[in-house]
Amino acid sequence: MDPMPKGLKALNAVTGVLFVVALYLVLFYAPREAVMGEVQRVFYFHVAAGWVGALAFIVAAVSGVVYLARGDHRWDRVGLASVEIGIAFTLINIISGSIWARPVWNTWWTWDPRLVTATVMELIYIAYVMLRQGIEDPDRRARFGAVYAIVGFLSVPLTFLSIRIFRTIHPVVIGSSDPTAQGTFDMTPKMLTAFMFSLLTFTFIYATLLWHRLRLEVLSERVERRKIDLTAGGL
Amino acid sequence: MFLQEAPADTLSYMILGYIVILGTMALFVVRLALRFRGLRRDLELLDELERSEKR
Repeated sequence: MDPMPKGLKALNAVTGVLFVVALYLVLFYAPREAVMGEVQRVFYFHVAAGWVGALAFIVAAVSGVVYLARGDHRWDRVGLASVEIGIAFTLINIISGSIWARPVWNTWWTWDPRLVTATVMELIYIAYVMLRQGIEDPDRRARFGAVYAIVGFLSVPLTFLSIRIFRTIHPVVIGSSDPTAQGTFDMTPKMLTAFMFSLLTFTFIYATLLWHRLRLEVLSERVERRKIDLTAGGL
Repeated sequence: MFLQEAPADTLSYMILGYIVILGTMALFVVRLALRFRGLRRDLELLDELERSEKR
């Protein structure tokens, strides 16, 4: 395995520092919300995790388009790596939202359009990973992955827009001043700073994890190639 | 909740929320590290097999 590139080492360090600062901002710098109390602090990383999930699925869909256009397997790797990260962060988003909802909505779960669309989106991408594992031929697997990532991407804007399209109790965070928004969420300047910094930090976390995950995929392919070579060599 | 004077006492939910958030992220990183370790071991084993074959 090639040694870790300097760029990745630097990215690790920057992401680590950003994460510590983000934790400080959300836990100590941002004021306690007047009604919800401390549980509102979950919101900063809850939204940031949701953002990483959406970003990861966007990257997977774009990778799918590029793979179909060029047939380069590197883009298939990017798609798979990005989907795996997206699944983890969407899971964080859903569970942390449920924990926030318990004291605020007085329930762990409700069949609200945002919660349902986010969960369906998560299941669509879990199915992507599971179905890929059932296809032996790498070309067929990559082609299937690309088409699936593009079609599955429809669930991302549907999840984002669900709180505007449908009647919902979920707060509208982005564009809450819009009169079409059915809920509002006002933040003080300190809250806004913590929120924006969390989004930035989680974007860095995504980039760092994607780079590591891609290196893992390269190593995995190298091992597979060696196995084939050794078998062909009569071992 | 809306007629109260002080914020609701929801500290335990915040702690639970951050345990889930940080825990899931840590699990992802640990799983990634374990997969790296497993593949490196496989590669070493394949190198060893190749060397013994040549001998």
